[in-house]
Amino acid sequence: MTREAFHKALTDVENDLMQMASLVSVALNDAMAALAKRDVAASQRVVRNDIHINRKRFAIEEKCIQLIATQQPMAVDLRILTAIINIITDLERIGDHAEGIAKISISIGDAPLVKPLIDLPVMAAKGDSMLKRCMAAFIERDAETARSICNEDDEVDALYDAIYNELVLMMVDDPKIIKDATYLIWAAHNLERTADRVTNIAERVVYMVTGKMEEMNVSKY
Amino acid sequence: MNNNHEKNKIIISGLSFFYGAKQALRNINLDIKENEVTALIGPSGCGKTTFLRCLNRMHDLYPESRYEGEIVLDGKNILEKDIDLIKLRSKVGMVFQKPTPFPMSVFDNIAFGLKLNGIKNRAELSARVEKALRDSALWDEIKDRLNESALSLSGGQQQRLCIARAVAVEPEVILMDEPCSALDPMATAKIEDLMTDLKKSYTVVIVTHNMQQAARVSEYTDFFMMGETLEFDRTQKIFTAPSNKMTENYITGRFG
Amino acid sequence: MNSDNKKCNFHYSARRAVNFAALGASLLSALFGIFFLFWILKDVVVSGFPAINAAFFTELPSPPGVEGGGLANALLGTLMITVIATVIGVPSGILAGTYLSEYGRKSRFAFAVRFLSDILVSAPSIVVGVFVYAILVKPFKGFSAIAGAVSLAIIMLPVVVRTAEEMLKLVPDSTREAALALGAPHWKVTVHIVYRGALRGIITGVMLAVARVSGETAPLLFTSFNNSFWNFKLTEPTATLTVSIFNYAMGPYEDWHQKAWGAALLITVLVLSITIISRLIVRGRTQQ
Repeated sequence: MTREAFHKALTDVENDLMQMASLVSVALNDAMAALAKRDVAASQRVVRNDIHINRKRFAIEEKCIQLIATQQPMAVDLRILTAIINIITDLERIGDHAEGIAKISISIGDAPLVKPLIDLPVMAAKGDSMLKRCMAAFIERDAETARSICNEDDEVDALYDAIYNELVLMMVDDPKIIKDATYLIWAAHNLERTADRVTNIAERVVYMVTGKMEEMNVSKY
Repeated sequence: MNNNHEKNKIIISGLSFFYGAKQALRNINLDIKENEVTALIGPSGCGKTTFLRCLNRMHDLYPESRYEGEIVLDGKNILEKDIDLIKLRSKVGMVFQKPTPFPMSVFDNIAFGLKLNGIKNRAELSARVEKALRDSALWDEIKDRLNESALSLSGGQQQRLCIARAVAVEPEVILMDEPCSALDPMATAKIEDLMTDLKKSYTVVIVTHNMQQAARVSEYTDFFMMGETLEFDRTQKIFTAPSNKMTENYITGRFG
Repeated sequence: MNSDNKKCNFHYSARRAVNFAALGASLLSALFGIFFLFWILKDVVVSGFPAINAAFFTELPSPPGVEGGGLANALLGTLMITVIATVIGVPSGILAGTYLSEYGRKSRFAFAVRFLSDILVSAPSIVVGVFVYAILVKPFKGFSAIAGAVSLAIIMLPVVVRTAEEMLKLVPDSTREAALALGAPHWKVTVHIVYRGALRGIITGVMLAVARVSGETAPLLFTSFNNSFWNFKLTEPTATLTVSIFNYAMGPYEDWHQKAWGAALLITVLVLSITIISRLIVRGRTQQ
């Protein structure tokens, strides 16, 4: 075994990536919980905490650049580093979607929701589960799992369609709720985008493992 | 990112060096940090090897050489006339470009330096030789070949033997003059790993014309040009965002 | 295209022809040299072998005209004089070579020493004999083994000096620097590192010098002369194989001619075995 110092540094970056992923996952769950509970203070916390995700992203990116500059990674090492650089962008965007949901919650303020949250939490749970399994696939170098996660994006899309149609019908019935219903459509949209981002991450995992660039599941939106 | 507790092992100020009438180094100011690897890079003939050989006064072998300025090692200026060169060199070890095994057995190669330091006891010699070989990641490969001629080892093994020989006398600073330029990539990788280990106990200064190697192994990099030091900074900084345009041009291959 | 091909073929066959010619010429030259070497060896063995018997090694020469006897005293004399010459010539030669390679290098004195050595190498050995005659034989009024040994030592000296210097210089400077960089004093570097590295070459050089002088005749004629009896004193005239060959070959008796061939064979075998033994010693050492 040679290049031990480099491989240790690489493992460190992977650990940083997992930490960032769990920050994102926590933000998503917190944002959904705050929305459901109508807890504006908790939503504000989610918005404030997004800065940590962003900082983590820049720290990881800098480490990757330094490793590329100083260690001349080759083959799988190079794929790991480029995958990480891409993944952190998507993670950061998922963080922004969580922040978006939190901001929607703040905008709705004290008003009650136009309908009880049923499909939205399912979408969120689905997205979060996809994210967690995708990151596990990254660590396990499991291209198969990553590919199968991409197919699950269709379920999320279907949920989004259902929510969208339901809310549009409600708005047609009662134009007074257009504002608050639109908020919920935005929230659903954020969740739909989250799943798309996870699909991107899965593509990077597949590339990292196999060295092949594959487009997995083209979103309808 | 900056570790402020890092101590300066060698402080070089206003160092100039002359071969006869020719000036090879101009007013060099540089701090070598303790227990870190400092790499010297730059185009051929820029004076990096000349500079390295000032640090153990190897130039004194050649009568027409002359130093100016100060090289302060642990508070003492080693350029003073009354310095004991033998003591200095046992404190500042050196590894050369080509492997320089002595024409004797592997064991005797390492024992040579130890005997110079007055170690005569056979058991102690054996223990120290083994330790040096272990520290140089060579023991497992050649523990059954200690009585064979050092010349029968492969190039990479010979170079690690030379490192072991330098390490055996427990110097404080190890100078390496392009130690991997004659070796294949695997042997090079082994020696680079070794450098990372060595810095735990020693201060390492390495000259290399392989920039990538400097990037891989060092914490600090000094960029030399025409006998002057153009930029000295943390290696990460030099290789991602150097502050001197010349440095950037050199490391990106835009000149030199 | 076609003409290009033809051109190429022409060049190729021309090149092959030149190559063949050069190879043939060098092979022939080598055969030419070896041919004479083997002719001489064959003559020496064929003519000398019948003279070799127990008496040859154990008995003194018989009086002129009387058959039988041996060259035991000359054999001893040759060994004695060669050993003494080696004892005088080799250490001083190696030390001088050491000075030239390790200390003098570019100094003017070293340059002078090198120049004089080169002249001395090509000096005719008879001149050396006459010189020693003038300084050791005439003043002390008598031929002696020691005078013979001194003249051989003088012939050896420049050979040993120059080969020792060259062999020491073959040790890379980086090896010296590596030893110095460990904190070794200059003399230890020379003794422990440089000598060891040059050992094989120096021994070969010394053996060459010994082989060269053990075949010398001319200087011995003026210095150790000859002796028909046992001599163990360094200050007395001493018989040697080469001088015996000279005398016997010039002599009128067939038996003497036989003895001369025998002595020639003996000296050839002696030189050959010295060379082979030294090679074996050196090989054994470096493989250790």
